[in-house]
Amino acid sequence: MKDEAANLPYRLPPRVFDARCKACWFSLGLVALVVASFWSLDLQWGQFFSAEAARSMARFVGEFFPPDLSAPFLHKVLVGSVETMAMSLLGTLLAAALGLLLAVPASRLHEGDAAWARAPTRLVLNALRSIPELVWAALLLISAGLGPFAGTLALAFHTTGVLGRLFAEAIENAPAGPGFALRAQGVGPLRVLLFATLPQVLPQLVSYTLYRWENNIRAAAVLGVVGAGGLGQLLAFHMGLFHMNKTATLLGAMLLLVAAVDLLSYALRRRMMR
Amino acid sequence: MNTIAAPARPVPPARDPAWLGRVFWLGAGLVLLWPLFVATEFRPWVLFEPANVKISAQFIGSFFPPVLNPEFLLMVAKETWRTVAIATAGIVLALGVAVPLTLLSTRSLSISALPGRMARLPFVLRQAVRGLLIVLRSVPELVWALVFVRVVGLGPTAGVLAIALTYGGMLGKVYGEILESGEQQPTETLLRNGAGRLQAFFYGLLPGNAAELTSYTVYRWECAIRSSVVLGFVGAGGLGQQMDNSMKMFNGGEVATMLLVFIALVALADRTSGWLRRALG
Amino acid sequence: MQVTLAGVSARHPAARPGAQPALQPLTLSVQRGEQLAVIGPSGAGKTTLLHVLACAHRPLGGALGLDGVDPWRLPRRALQRLRGSLFLAPQVPPLPPRQRVVTAVLAARLPQMGLLSSLRSLFYPKDIPAAYEALARFDLADKLFDRVDRLSGGERQRVGLTRALLAPATLWLIDEPLSALDPTRAQQATAALVAGARARGATLVATLHQVDMALAHFPRIVGLRDGAMAFDLPAAEVTRERLAALYAQHEHELTGEAPAPLEDRPVPAPVPVMHCR
Repeated sequence: MKDEAANLPYRLPPRVFDARCKACWFSLGLVALVVASFWSLDLQWGQFFSAEAARSMARFVGEFFPPDLSAPFLHKVLVGSVETMAMSLLGTLLAAALGLLLAVPASRLHEGDAAWARAPTRLVLNALRSIPELVWAALLLISAGLGPFAGTLALAFHTTGVLGRLFAEAIENAPAGPGFALRAQGVGPLRVLLFATLPQVLPQLVSYTLYRWENNIRAAAVLGVVGAGGLGQLLAFHMGLFHMNKTATLLGAMLLLVAAVDLLSYALRRRMMR
Repeated sequence: MNTIAAPARPVPPARDPAWLGRVFWLGAGLVLLWPLFVATEFRPWVLFEPANVKISAQFIGSFFPPVLNPEFLLMVAKETWRTVAIATAGIVLALGVAVPLTLLSTRSLSISALPGRMARLPFVLRQAVRGLLIVLRSVPELVWALVFVRVVGLGPTAGVLAIALTYGGMLGKVYGEILESGEQQPTETLLRNGAGRLQAFFYGLLPGNAAELTSYTVYRWECAIRSSVVLGFVGAGGLGQQMDNSMKMFNGGEVATMLLVFIALVALADRTSGWLRRALG
Repeated sequence: MQVTLAGVSARHPAARPGAQPALQPLTLSVQRGEQLAVIGPSGAGKTTLLHVLACAHRPLGGALGLDGVDPWRLPRRALQRLRGSLFLAPQVPPLPPRQRVVTAVLAARLPQMGLLSSLRSLFYPKDIPAAYEALARFDLADKLFDRVDRLSGGERQRVGLTRALLAPATLWLIDEPLSALDPTRAQQATAALVAGARARGATLVATLHQVDMALAHFPRIVGLRDGAMAFDLPAAEVTRERLAALYAQHEHELTGEAPAPLEDRPVPAPVPVMHCR
């Protein structure tokens, strides 16, 4: 009878930190980043969590109610809402048009396509979408003046970058069959695009555009804070004067607008899927 | 003479039936477009008025050369770090908001749903927590920041809190979706065998979905960096606040440098987050 | 259009650069108005041959002549014009799913339409009666204004064939026109194609898996096997022995159905949209 241990030798659990393991170094780096962030920021926790602050927060929140629902103010809120909705709608539409225009050079239309313009156009699109809408608005205010025009342009520029890239990817991933047959007949690239590629990707493009509209209504609502019109401008104005009950109404209007656009966009996208 | 009459050829349709519909929608679209232009005061020719052209040209001209002296660059580097720090701290706090709310609202940890339908009270509670998440998500972070700036004053605290609340809502929603779309069986089995909900979470839900959860959190961190720059415009500190100051003083060179640094930061964060997400698999 | 191939060899369109040629040096001559069926087991190089004839794919070697001209020596504009006088119908019908049949079919006329006329045709199809007539020959007249994705596979294939009747082409290159059709429809479709080509005086080159249909309707049969020509004979002289030799090791294709048409490159999954919202 062989002498064998009744149980297998047990293994020690792995060490917490092993110098050879990349994931360990990475986790360490993450922890270091988090600790450094909190430490370097000098956050006023005391100010936020003291009894004094709690009381002032409670008072602050109490001032929100009752929200101001008087007729003249509601009229202003309505005008602001219409302005915000128009900004988001027009900005998104302009961005869809410009985005499509830029997406064509930014994509490789078929496998033999040299696509010289692809890299530079993608660079432009990336630059457009890296800059947030608010920063665009602040920049454009200088040329376009205060008001919703600057906001519309800001939304249009930023969203062009986003939609342009999404459209280009959709065009590149479109099935090649119909385009190939037309190109075999000697049809030029513009007409191949119009008769073969775009009819295939159009539902996707519309879906992306509707999705960005949902994002843009939220952005449009706050662009006014830098002076680009709409509900945001009213909000910044009344908050600056501590009219909290008016602010409450404006916040309610913003939430309603966002919910309405979300619902409309969802319904339209469902309808297109039929 | 017998001529066999040719069979009657059906007549081709005269008009395209879709034509009327197309004309109608085109007309309706144009009619709706006009008020949009009016409501947004869309006057592109304003951009080309001589006075505006002069101001724009001056402003854009002042972008070159971008300000590059060492002390300014040092300040920009410090502010960039602050931006990243605000975003990181914000996301960490958002986790503190999102994780408990997700645990409270996820269907996967429902004990009353094990035999079939969820009982009424747990269902209502879960919907209520989801409603809270929706509210947290729907209020734009800029609005939160404006409110907090009033309470705690200017500075990074307002920004961190605004990001924490908004991103808490976003993370909570997506965490819930990830948990519910993953494998339910290990968790269900644990619950059926009498494990507590937290135990079921740590031994069942978390291991299975950890990669996706982390991947999404890293992606959100990258978005938080963009947000914290935007929040700087209302006084939350960081690169955004400096950009706002420089713009108000029409100092195009400084704005140009900061824009370039911002674009580089976003590209770097994008690449890092992409690499991290690929490494997580 | 007169077609001459002299020692033309080519790779498969989707092959990697270092791969073996799908078509060995091939010599073939087709007169104006001739009708020719190419048969052979799968992998024989039939599709590659059609793509070479359609100037969609540059041959590796040899000389291709269309009406006496080497298309690859022509300047680009002349080559585009030459392409306008040929028509290629791929195996998978090249129809955008959400397009209407009338637009998809009239798109075959694009080579002879000007730019403005094409743009107008997008909004209101030009020459609806011609599309109707052409569809009627394939028994699809009532589908004129339907969307392509509401049609069955066989109907879509017939719509693809209808485009040939409207194209301003003198060379018709049809790849597997009958793969999704039942025998009755296959008979009608082949008869319509052959009659249409004869009426226009167009040269017709079709690849077919249905050997009996090929023998019944086409006067000349070319057999391809492993990229080389096995025979080039009038239909009457194609014997059972020759067919058996051609389809050796692929007997099921001789008696059974045609293999399923190859899909396009697999469509990559749509990019998951991740936005900061």
